[in-house]
Amino acid sequence: MLKAVFYFVVFPGFLFTAIIGLLSSWIDRKVTARVQWRVGPPWWQNFADFIKLLGKETIVPKGSSRTTFLLAPIFGLAAVTIVSTLLWLTLINPASTFIGDLIVVLYLLTIPSIAVIIGGFASKNPLASLGASREMKLILSYELPFLLICFVPVIQAGGTIRLGEILTYQINNGVIFSSLSGFLAFIVAVLCMQAKLTLVPFDIPEAEQEIMAGPYIEYSGPTLAVFKLTRQMMLFVVPMFLVVLFLGGITFSGWHILWGILKYVILLVIIVLIRNTNPRVRIDQAVKFFWGPVTLLAIVAVLLALLGI
Amino acid sequence: MNIKLKSLTKSLWVFHFASAPCNNCDIEILDALTPKYDLERFGILLVGSIRHADVLLVTGMITHKGAERLKRLYEQAPKPCLVVAVGSCACSKSIFKDSYNAAGPVDGIVPVSAYIPGCPPKPEAMIMGVVKLVKSLTGK
Ligand code: SF4
Repeated sequence: MLKAVFYFVVFPGFLFTAIIGLLSSWIDRKVTARVQWRVGPPWWQNFADFIKLLGKETIVPKGSSRTTFLLAPIFGLAAVTIVSTLLWLTLINPASTFIGDLIVVLYLLTIPSIAVIIGGFASKNPLASLGASREMKLILSYELPFLLICFVPVIQAGGTIRLGEILTYQINNGVIFSSLSGFLAFIVAVLCMQAKLTLVPFDIPEAEQEIMAGPYIEYSGPTLAVFKLTRQMMLFVVPMFLVVLFLGGITFSGWHILWGILKYVILLVIIVLIRNTNPRVRIDQAVKFFWGPVTLLAIVAVLLALLGI
Repeated sequence: MNIKLKSLTKSLWVFHFASAPCNNCDIEILDALTPKYDLERFGILLVGSIRHADVLLVTGMITHKGAERLKRLYEQAPKPCLVVAVGSCACSKSIFKDSYNAAGPVDGIVPVSAYIPGCPPKPEAMIMGVVKLVKSLTGK
């Protein structure tokens, strides 16, 4: 019992994910600054932001549904914590989790976005509702290819839906990324990840310049801090999920751990570079993009995986 | 120094409210946010919603219409919220002193924490204003 609490609260659950999340968000800001030829914030910037927001007033707008408004951020945070715990337990000991944890992780990964939708609609602000409805369309568009490409590692590892077995398969037979189907699936996964994290070019729900932070518009103080923290933790958890599925995870022996961390950092830098070199698309363009070429690519990847390439 | 105040001074998020400026002050504010001056290295960010803001940056001569909005914005901001008046128009009424539509300088409507005079003030002056504001907060 105590062990489970420790897993969820300290390592590899909340505290660990939060700290790494805040740091990776700093990498994001720093690389962005360097791309724009700036100096960028110091490494503790996100910690200062978080503590500052905790010390501010929380305003519940008049006419909003109070309980939903205040609870929405907590849902997202809880979901992302559980995903992180599951992933890391798998990484530390591939035999430790249960059958079907891949499906659980896939479902839990959508909950932070759903929390944003719930919070946006609960806040009784027209711009927040607009942002929430865009978020909903975005989920519909990227979930289809994302689920499809999750079949690729499953098929290659011989029909298992357990993350631990996919990982063991990769340790024994080389990473899934090195096969053609795995490579195609990985490209689709990176695109879907960008939308899942709602980063440019798919930051349509919270487009700063048109709808002023969208669903977050009415959030202030600690509630905003929790939402921001959830997003920063997602920035750690979703790439880690891809590392587990396609890149063979992290091995904790000697130098291998550095190689594992490098995989994550490279993925993070890819995200940041995509974010800095693209303009925002419209929501209809995003839906067409994901349901058109990206889904096609995902289907090709699944077919190739079935043929064993 | 307590950690709440310290984190506030290290991460000031700015909301920009322009009430009938001639637009020069706004352009200078944008200048201060460009890569050359790079205010993000001090943790200063421009935010789109007043609910996220710590600093309310006011430019321009406050008109009767603008005064109402300014008051409402100040009430909507989560406390602690600091108000900074940028430009001579916002600090005093400047050249619009006898105008029929002037509702008064910013400090006649909401409490102001820092004044940055100039027509328009240079980005360097704004950064100096922010430094002074932070110093006054931490009591140094
Ligand atoms: S202070 Fe000068 S530059 Fe600024 S808004 Fe007034 S007239 Fe324009």
